[in-house]
Amino acid sequence: MTTIRDAAQKLMQTAIGLAPERWLPGGTPDPLIGRHGAIGSSVPRIDGPRKVKGEARFAAEVPAGNMVYAALVYSTIARGRIATLDTDATQAVPGVVLVMTYRNAPRMAPPALFMSDPRAAGASSLPVMQDDTIHWNGEPIAVILAETQEQADHAATLVRVTYTKETASTSFDAATAQAHRPDSVLGEPAVIEIGNAEAALAEAAHQIDRTYHTPRHSHAAIEPHAATVWWEADGRLVVHDATQMLNGTRWTLAGIFGLKEEQIRILSPFVGGGFGGKTLWNHQILAIAASRLSGRPVRVSLSREGVFRVSGGRTTTRQRVALGARADGTLSALIHTGIAAMTAYNNCPEQFSFPARHLYAADSFKLEQKVADLDMVANTFMRAPGESIGTFALESAIDELADSMGLDPIELRRRIEPVKDPTSGHAFSARHLLDAYARGAERFGWSARNPTPRARREGEWLIGMGVATATYPYYRMPGGAARITLTREGQARVAMASHEMGMGTATVQVQAAADRLGLPIAHVTFAYGDTALPPGTIAGGSSQTASIAAAVTAASEKLVPALLKLVGNDSPLAGLRAGDVEARDGGLGHRSLPERFESYASILSRANRDEISAEAEAPMPLEVQKYAMHSYGAQFCEVRVNAVTGETRISRFLGSFDAGRVLNPRTAASQFRGGIIMGLGLALTEETLFDARTGRIMNPSLADYHVPVHLDVPQIDVIWTDSPDPHAPLGAHGIGEIGITGVGAAVANAVYNATGRRIRDLPITLDKLL
Amino acid sequence: MTPFSYARAGDAATATGLGMAEGAKYLGGGTNLVDLMRETIERPDRLVDVTGLSRMIAERDDGSLMIGAAVRNTAVAEHQAVRERYPVLARAILSGASGQIRNMATVGGNILQRTRCAYFYDDAARCNKRVPGAGCDAIDGFNRTHAILGASPACVATHPSDMCVALAALGAVVHLENTAGARTLPLVDLHRLPMGRPEVETLLEPGELITAIELPPLPWAVRSTYRKVRDRASYAFALVSVAAVLDRSGDGMVRDVRLALGGVAHKPWRAFAAEAALRGRPASEACFRAAAEAELADAAPLRDNGFKIELARRTIVAVLNELAGETA
Repeated sequence: MTTIRDAAQKLMQTAIGLAPERWLPGGTPDPLIGRHGAIGSSVPRIDGPRKVKGEARFAAEVPAGNMVYAALVYSTIARGRIATLDTDATQAVPGVVLVMTYRNAPRMAPPALFMSDPRAAGASSLPVMQDDTIHWNGEPIAVILAETQEQADHAATLVRVTYTKETASTSFDAATAQAHRPDSVLGEPAVIEIGNAEAALAEAAHQIDRTYHTPRHSHAAIEPHAATVWWEADGRLVVHDATQMLNGTRWTLAGIFGLKEEQIRILSPFVGGGFGGKTLWNHQILAIAASRLSGRPVRVSLSREGVFRVSGGRTTTRQRVALGARADGTLSALIHTGIAAMTAYNNCPEQFSFPARHLYAADSFKLEQKVADLDMVANTFMRAPGESIGTFALESAIDELADSMGLDPIELRRRIEPVKDPTSGHAFSARHLLDAYARGAERFGWSARNPTPRARREGEWLIGMGVATATYPYYRMPGGAARITLTREGQARVAMASHEMGMGTATVQVQAAADRLGLPIAHVTFAYGDTALPPGTIAGGSSQTASIAAAVTAASEKLVPALLKLVGNDSPLAGLRAGDVEARDGGLGHRSLPERFESYASILSRANRDEISAEAEAPMPLEVQKYAMHSYGAQFCEVRVNAVTGETRISRFLGSFDAGRVLNPRTAASQFRGGIIMGLGLALTEETLFDARTGRIMNPSLADYHVPVHLDVPQIDVIWTDSPDPHAPLGAHGIGEIGITGVGAAVANAVYNATGRRIRDLPITLDKLL
Repeated sequence: MTPFSYARAGDAATATGLGMAEGAKYLGGGTNLVDLMRETIERPDRLVDVTGLSRMIAERDDGSLMIGAAVRNTAVAEHQAVRERYPVLARAILSGASGQIRNMATVGGNILQRTRCAYFYDDAARCNKRVPGAGCDAIDGFNRTHAILGASPACVATHPSDMCVALAALGAVVHLENTAGARTLPLVDLHRLPMGRPEVETLLEPGELITAIELPPLPWAVRSTYRKVRDRASYAFALVSVAAVLDRSGDGMVRDVRLALGGVAHKPWRAFAAEAALRGRPASEACFRAAAEAELADAAPLRDNGFKIELARRTIVAVLNELAGETA
C-alpha cells in the first residue's frame, strides 16, 4: 500500500503547487465532519436483506451457460521438479473436459507483484504453472475441468506425480541465520535508529529485554476463495471474483494474459470476508487459463484445504522488545527488532515494528525488521498485518515494564505519551489515546484490578485483568474516481469500483453521499464491485472509506458548478458561484440566504435534462505527508484461567477506540467487535501448523485450525471517542483493522495478572500455563 | 471422492448380507466416513446405509439400557433415562462435536470413527494406519494431541470419541451381528492398541455390524460426570478427558469407582490401575492423586504432548474431588 505512498511522494512536488488542499494545513476541514445527518446514524446494512434472503450472488454462485468446474491438484513437496506426471486415469474419468498441467498451460507472464507498481495486485511474482518447477508445498500442479464438481474432484485424486526433491528452506529457525533487511517495509525504511538505544538501555535504571514469538495464521473467511470466469467471443475476459482489489486485479491479469485492461471486466459485488486474503492468487489465473484452453466458462471454488495451500496468511515472527526507563517511567530507550518469514517472491515483511515508530516517546530508538526466506506459500496481508502482532510484543513489554516498576500500566502510558510523532517528528492530526484509556478504564472498572498477580480466584478459576494499546495507521489510497449522477426525479447514483466485503461500505457511502448532496438516503444508491465503473482503490489498509469519500467529494465539487451552469436567469440560484452555495434539502441553496434555493429536480426540469453526471478523481493523499495520522484504542480484557487445566476463557472484553468520526455506529461496532474476536483467536487458539520437515501445512481445515467459536467469545463492549480528524474526509478513519490490534497483548497481560505467568509465545494454549 | 454404490438396508439381515462384500462399509450419519471419503482416505466400493435400523432406546427390567446403534447422538444425550441414570454419558456426548453433527452422528458410527491425526488425514504424509508399513510422520512431527498411553513405534494416534470414554467407564457392552451370527463384546475390548498393526483398529470380524450398545445396570452411576479439556470452549477434540463414576461409602471410603480417559490413547482408555488403587481406600485427594499416578506410571511423552501427563493427573484428581464432594 505504500508504493502508493511512494507514488504520492513522487507526485507531491507537483501536486503541492495546486490549489489549497482541503485536508492540508490551512485547508478547511470537511464541512460534513461536524454535521449529524445520515452520517452518524445507525443505518442498517442495505445489503442485509439480500444476504438474508439468499439473493446476494457470490463469485461461486454466478451462473454461466455451458460451465465446467475446476479442481486443483497440489504439490506435496516444497522445492524441486516434477519427475513424472501421469494423467491418463484422470483423463479417462467420465465428464472430464480438460486436464491442464505445465505441459499444456498457455504461456502467461508472471503476475506483477503487489506494490511493484501502484496498479499491481499479484500476491507473488512466481510464474504460474509454466514449467516443472515446484516452489512451495501445496503449489497447484494440475487443473481438472469437468462437467460436475464431483467429477472434477474425483479425477483430481487420480493424477499420479513423482518429484525430484531439492533442498528446501522450510525451517524458520534455520532460515533466521540468513535473515536480511528487506529494501523497505511497505515503503518505509527497514531500520530506524535515533540515538544509541543499546547504550541507553544498558544504562537505564529499569530494563526490560524480551523475545516474543508469533505463529503463522491462515485466512479463514467464511467464503472460500472462488471465481467464475469466461472468455467472450471477441476475446474479452469476464471474471466474477471474490476480491478486495478489482482494478489491481484487472491490470495484473491484463499483464499476465497480454490483454488491454479494457478487454477485462471484473465483477465482485459481494465478498464473504476479505481481511487481506482476497487478492490475486493462482486459482483465478489458472481458471482463466483453463477457460481459454477449454473454451468453456470455468468455476473455481477452493476447498478449505485449497484456501490454506494456495493463499498465504500472516507470517511467523520472532521479535525483541527492549525498554529502558528512568525512575519516573519515561523511556530512555525503545528497541523493537525482529525477523519475519517471507519468500523470495513476495514483499510482505509483516510491519511489526510500525507501532513502536509512532506510539510512545523515548530518547532513543532502534527499530529494525528483517526477513528470513522460506519455501512456502507467499505470506500476505491479514487484518492489521504487523500491527496485530507488533502490538502483542510491544504492549506485552510495556506491561512487563510497568509491573517491574510497580506502576499501573495505564499510568505508565500516560508518562510516555508523546507530543509529536516520535520518529517522524510530524504533528499528530488527531490523537486521543489517553482519552480512550480514561473512558475505557471507567467503563470497564479498571480500578478494581488487583495489580498483584494471582490475587483473585473463584473456585478453580484465577481471574485477571489486562490492558493494551491498539493502533493502526490512517491510509487513503490515490487513484480512485467516483461518478455522481443526479436525475430529474431527485435521485442520485454514486458509482465507484469499490468493494463490499461485509464491512458496510455500501451503506456508509450511501449515508455519506446523501449528506454530501443534501438528499435523504432513500434517494441515493451506491454502485460498486464492477470494473466497468470508475476505478476504485483497494479495500486494504483500512483505507477504503476515506478513499471513496475523497473521490465522491471531488465529484460533488465538480457537479455543483455543472449544475449552476444549467440554472437559468429565472432561478433563485441565478448568478451564484459554487462557493456561494451548499447542497441541502434535495437541491442547492445559498449558504446564508434560505430563500435562494432550487431543488435538483427543478434545475434539471427547467434545463430539460433527465440527468447530469460528474466524475472526478480523488486528490492525492497529501495529508499523510504532513501529519502523523493514526487510529488508537485501549483494549481491556478480563480472563479466567483454570488453575487445574490451564484453560483460558475470556470473561469480559471492552475496546475503547479513537478512530475519528464514526460514520455508522451499527456497522462500526460490528467492525470493532469482529476485529476483537479475530484478536482473541490470535491470542488463544490460531496457529497454522507448518511442518518444518516438509514445509507442509498440516491443519488445513476449520476442525483443526482453531478460530474462536461462539462459546469462546464473551459479550464485547465497544465504545469510541467519536473525535473527527480534521484532516480526513468526513473526519473519519477506516476501522477494519484497529479492532484486532492490542488484543493479543491485552489477553496476555490479563493472563499474567491472573496467573503470574508471562506467555511470550502465541497462541496462549493451556500447555503453556500448566 | 471415489465412486461407490449405495444401498439402504431395511433390516439387520439385509445389512449384514450386503456388508459381507469385499470393500463394503456401513454408513451411519456419515459425519466422519464421508469426510474421509472426500479426502480419499476411505475408498469403499459400497456403502450400506444402516441408519434405518435399531433406532430405539429401551429400558429393560433389570435396569439396563439398550441403545440401538443407529440412534442419533443427540437422542441419546436427550434421553431421560440417560440423563438421570448415566449423566456421564449425556455430558460426554454433549461435549463433542457440534449440535449439527450430533444430530446426524449415530452411536455405532461414533464408536467406529477414526483418529484425527493430521498425518493420517494427509496422503502426502507417511502413515502406517493408512498405508501399512509406510512409516509414521507423527512420531517426530506435530504430536501435541497424540497418545501418551499404549502407543507403539508404529502409531501414536488417539481415538477421538467423547462418547466412548463414558461408555468405557460404564462398562458398556457392544452387540454385534454378521451373517455368521450375533455376539457381544465389552466396549473396552472392541478397540485395539496399535502395536504393530495400527490399521486394525477393532476386533470386528468381516461384515460385523454394531447393532446396539447395552448399558448394564449401575445404580450408583447417577453420581458420574465427564470433564473434557480442550483448546477452545467448544468444537475441539479432547486433549484429555475424564469419565468417572464414584460410589463413596458413608465413612468416606471408595466403595467402587469407574474411571476412563479420552484423548490419551489409541482407544478409549479404561483406567483399571487407578480403579484398583482406589477401591477400598479413602475418597481423599491424596488417594486420588496416587491413583492417577498409578494409571500414568507408564505414560510416555512425545515431542509436543508431555503436558498431557500432568494434565491427565490434574484432571483425574479434580473430577474425583468433584464427585467425592457431591456424594459427601
